[in-house]
This record gives sequence, C-alpha cells and structure tokens, in this order.
Amino acid sequence: MEPVTTISGRVTVLDRADVDTDQIIPKQFLKRIERTGFGEFLFYDWIRSGEIALEPNPILAAGRNFGCGSSREHAVWAIRQFGFAAVVAPSFSDIFSSNATKNGLLPVALPDEDVHALMQSGEATIDLAAQTVRFAGRVASFDIDTEVKRRLLEGLDDIAITLTHAADIDIFERRATHPSPSTAGL
Amino acid sequence: MAKTLFDKIWDAHLVRDDLIYIDLHLVHEVTSPQAFDGLRLTGRRVRRPGRTIATADHNVPTDGTPRASLIADPLSRVQVETLERNCAEFGIPVYSLGSDRRGIVHVIGPELGLTQPGLTIVCGDSHTSTHGAFGALAFGIGTSEVEHVLATQTLVQRRPKTMRILYDGALGFGVTAKDLILATIGRLGTAGCTGYVVEYAGAPIEAMSMENRMTVCNMTIEGGGRAGMVAPDDTTFAYLTGREAAPAGSEWEDALGYWRALPTEDGATFDREERIDASVLSPMVTWGTTPGMVAGVGEAVPDPAGLDSPADRDAAERALAYMGLRPGTPFTQISLDRVFIGSCTNSRIEDLRAAARIVDGRRVAPTVRAMVVPGSVAVKTQAEAEGLDRIFASAGFEWRDAGCSMCLGMNPDTLSPQERCASTSNRNFEGRQGAGGRTHLVSPEMAAAAAIEGRFVDIREWS
Repeated sequence: MEPVTTISGRVTVLDRADVDTDQIIPKQFLKRIERTGFGEFLFYDWIRSGEIALEPNPILAAGRNFGCGSSREHAVWAIRQFGFAAVVAPSFSDIFSSNATKNGLLPVALPDEDVHALMQSGEATIDLAAQTVRFAGRVASFDIDTEVKRRLLEGLDDIAITLTHAADIDIFERRATHPSPSTAGL
Repeated sequence: MAKTLFDKIWDAHLVRDDLIYIDLHLVHEVTSPQAFDGLRLTGRRVRRPGRTIATADHNVPTDGTPRASLIADPLSRVQVETLERNCAEFGIPVYSLGSDRRGIVHVIGPELGLTQPGLTIVCGDSHTSTHGAFGALAFGIGTSEVEHVLATQTLVQRRPKTMRILYDGALGFGVTAKDLILATIGRLGTAGCTGYVVEYAGAPIEAMSMENRMTVCNMTIEGGGRAGMVAPDDTTFAYLTGREAAPAGSEWEDALGYWRALPTEDGATFDREERIDASVLSPMVTWGTTPGMVAGVGEAVPDPAGLDSPADRDAAERALAYMGLRPGTPFTQISLDRVFIGSCTNSRIEDLRAAARIVDGRRVAPTVRAMVVPGSVAVKTQAEAEGLDRIFASAGFEWRDAGCSMCLGMNPDTLSPQERCASTSNRNFEGRQGAGGRTHLVSPEMAAAAAIEGRFVDIREWS
C-alpha cells in the first residue's frame, strides 16, 4: 500500500446523510472478480439519473453515517479508483472505515459544522501526521486510531505485520481450550 | 470484576494486543475472489481450512439451476465457478449449487450446528451479526479482512464499546421479532449503535426461539452495530442438540459447561444501556429508504415538515419522492405490486410456517406477484415435508429455490422500476431490490397478509 501523508486539493460535495454502500457501488457491479475497474461505476444510479454530478477531486465531503449498510469493500475501491483520497463526514459506518484504511482511503470524521464549512470552502489540506484539516483559514483536528494511523503513514500491509506474530498464533491455537467446531468432514 | 458475555469471548480470543483469533470463517462468492487472488499473489496459504466454510448464495438463481456452469448470467456464473475453484485450490469445504447443504450463509451456519456459543465468527457480509443469537461474537468484514483471516485465522481489531438493550414486557399478539428490531432501529437511529457490540436482553428476548433471536441479531448492522448478541440458554442448547457439527457425547457435556458460564454476570457494566418497552410495540412498516424510517402499521406516512433537523427533513423528503408516497397516507391504504418472503432475516422454517398460517386457504390478490424463497435447501426440504409449499402454491405464491434472491437483486429476482414490494428482508435502500424499486420492510406475517389483500393490513385486526 502507498503511504498516506498529506492530501491536498479541491473538495467534492455530497451533502447527504446515510449514504449507503448500495448507492456508492450498486449490486450489479459486484460481480467482478478483480479489484480494479470500479471507479467508473461510483454512484452509478445517482449519476446516471442526473441526481448528482461528481468531480474527481482528492477530497469528498459528505453527510453523517457515510458508508452504512453492506460490507462490500467494492465501495471503497470505487471511491479510491474514481480519484478520491479522503472522505470527510460527521460519522462513518464501522465496516466502511475499516475497509477504507486498508486501501489507503482516509476517513476523516469532523463535527457537523466543520464539515459544512469545509463544503463551502472548496479546498482543503489534510495532514494525517498532525491529524488536522486546514480550510478557509480554519484548522480542524480529527481523531484516528494510533495504530491505524501508523500503518497508513508507513503504507504497511496488515497481513505482513500479523504474520510476524505467527508464533503467537501457534501458541494460542495450542493453548485454546474453548469448544469450537471443525468444518472438515461434515 | 463481573464480566459481560462480550468480555468473556473477547478475552478468550486475544492472541496479543488488538489481534483476535477467529474460530469460524464463512465465505461466499461475492466478497472472496479478490481475497483469494491476494493469497495467490503473495504465495500465502489458508491457515485453517477446517475453520472455514463456503457457500454460493448472493448470485444464484432461484429457479432450480442445478450447477454453476448452467447459470445463465455470465458474470454470476464466473463468480460462482471462481468460488468453487478457489475452494478446491485452497482446500476449503464448499457447498455450491447442487449441494443439499447449500443456502444463505447465515442460514446454513446455524443449521449445520457450526454456529455455537462463545465463538468468534466472521464473514465478508454485514449480516454476519445474525450468528450472535447463539451468544457468539459475530460480525461482517470487508474483503481485505477476509484475506487476512484466510492467511492468519486472526483479525486486527480494537476492542469495541459495549451496549445492552434491555426489553421489558412481552410482545403483543401479531408483533414479531422483526417488529421489535425495526422499532429499535427506528428509536435509536441507523447509526445509533455504531461503535458498539450490542447485547439484547430481557424477558421478550428470553422468550424468543433461536430463529427469532437470529432475526433480531441479523438487523443489528442496520442500526450501525457491528455485532449483536443474546446470552446462550436452554433454548440455544436445545437448538444445537444433535446438529451435525455440534459436539456430541462427553464433548457435548464439556461444551455445555463452558457455554453455561458465558452469560453476562450480575454487576457487569456496559458502556451504554438502553431500555425499551416491548409491550407497546406494534407491527412495523418502513416508509423510506433506510430501515430507521419506520412506523407502526396503524400510522400514516409521516410529514417531513414535522422533523426538527434540516438533514432529517431533507432525507425524508428525498425518501418519500423515491418511494412515491404522500405524507399522511395511512399505511393500510398503500397497495403493493410484489411480496417477497425470504432473506437471511426471515427465510427460516418458522418464518415460512408463520407466513403459511396466514395464507392457508386464501388467494394472493390478482394485482400482486408474490414469492417465497427458503433460506437453504434444508429449509426448503423441511417445508415441503410439512406441506408448506402446497399451501403457498395453491394460494398463488411462487415457491422458489434457496438463495439471497430479491433481498439484494444480484440474481434474476429483482423489482422493476417503481414496483412496490412488501419484503421480509433487511434493507430498503434505494435500488436495493432492483433499480427504482420501492421496498417496505415487514415481518413474514405482515408480508403474507399484504400479499392476500394487495395492500398493507394490521394483522392484529385482520381475519
């Protein structure tokens, strides 16, 4: 994964709450078996019907509970491949947030009024190391899990890190005593 | 210190800081192909194929197509065949088309006895919360995490916050588990439980069957909660007894001892507690494009002008425009084109029995196309042994093969633009059941009665 440090540029506005992953990438595009090729189908139904127009800028600003619903990581791939590097919203669904950071898409949660001011501002600079968003002469701070931040800043791969702890997993498996089923031989 | 059910499971699965062990990984065709590709690219193997199981559910036609190679839609065919090939390559048991163990992933896990108390269970599907009904910690993950679990049998997770929703009273006549969870989401909001693992507790939950508890836990994600759980009890153990993957003999006794020690202890604390009186709830109908846009069937479509926040007003106005509804219209005057009984929320045998009781001896309204889609081949077989298929068919319902079907429109079962559907599924998002389709979420009983009348009825007053 490419490291994520600073994201700077114009802001695309999608001032809607509860934007669900079915809207972000409708189901007919989930049949692909590749990780690429989703960007052109981002918000397919809303764009095709003329409800919204989206400019491919570095930053997308949206309403609360962004990315709710289905766990489809295709939603994150579509946003990333369309060109966005960060989404700023008052809140995100848990699964979307975690999918985003595993693909170098930065979810930035700011209070409602900051998100609205950002929507007006047109441009912003997000500094992950400093955990700040600068726009229209303001500086807003955001929270992010320290470990998630470290992995983003250094562009680290979760699986590679976990595999360095393989010995711990071996020990856990040897010691675990709780009952659990096998799927083999059913 | 007194511990919650969640605390006990979490603590028993910590490999090291922020790394939890996964006991059971359920895999399906839509969210796994890129994960298997990732393994191939890096030369990694599946660490524990014997803790992994796969099925084809999202994409499969429900018309009796017997093999993946015969799926008409070329993209769906490739996806199901890719699942079969990946599972063969990595040694994972797979129940695809043609298997009598196939079904919706959240139906077959419990059915086979794989879903057990105290386990950690994940799947690349947000409705994995269903399995929490057994007192397991179960949640949906994305494809990167699917790859992570395949490669390491663990997941990087921060300890979530805990929340208990305590229900008082008893559900009234005609009010179901589906109504209880819809009312809960309506009360707390679609992001009301974000960041929390939710334990459902209280007399109405204890009185529920396992299948009803699954319905409740299933929709936890629609309230933003990643996992929902119910304490295991005698109802849980009775359900598990004799199931294929459940322990037997002395292992059963050992497991029972472990499971009985899992429930939340007196004095344990949650980060948040909510209380809801179940006795005042009524059958629910959604009117908008999120599951939180919901009201009692005796009410009318709300007026967005009455909402306080501009964001809520804006969302409600857009939802009503999409749904083609006018404020003030009583729900019982809304007529329907389609009825769908199925999905991981409501496609188990008890759901089908409840719907069959309503339609027995009646006819589907001539203006309605209605379908019943059992959650698994086993549910279908059981229903046919009980004669439920004949009850549905003679009433004019289509009796289909198992799959996710019209819950998400990834297979041929979809709504046409502007078709209005009473659906027992879990999401009424725009276009969820087909572009332009209008979904109203209801219980199986409410859906069945709506099919007969061609409009919503209050099943408490309907005869």
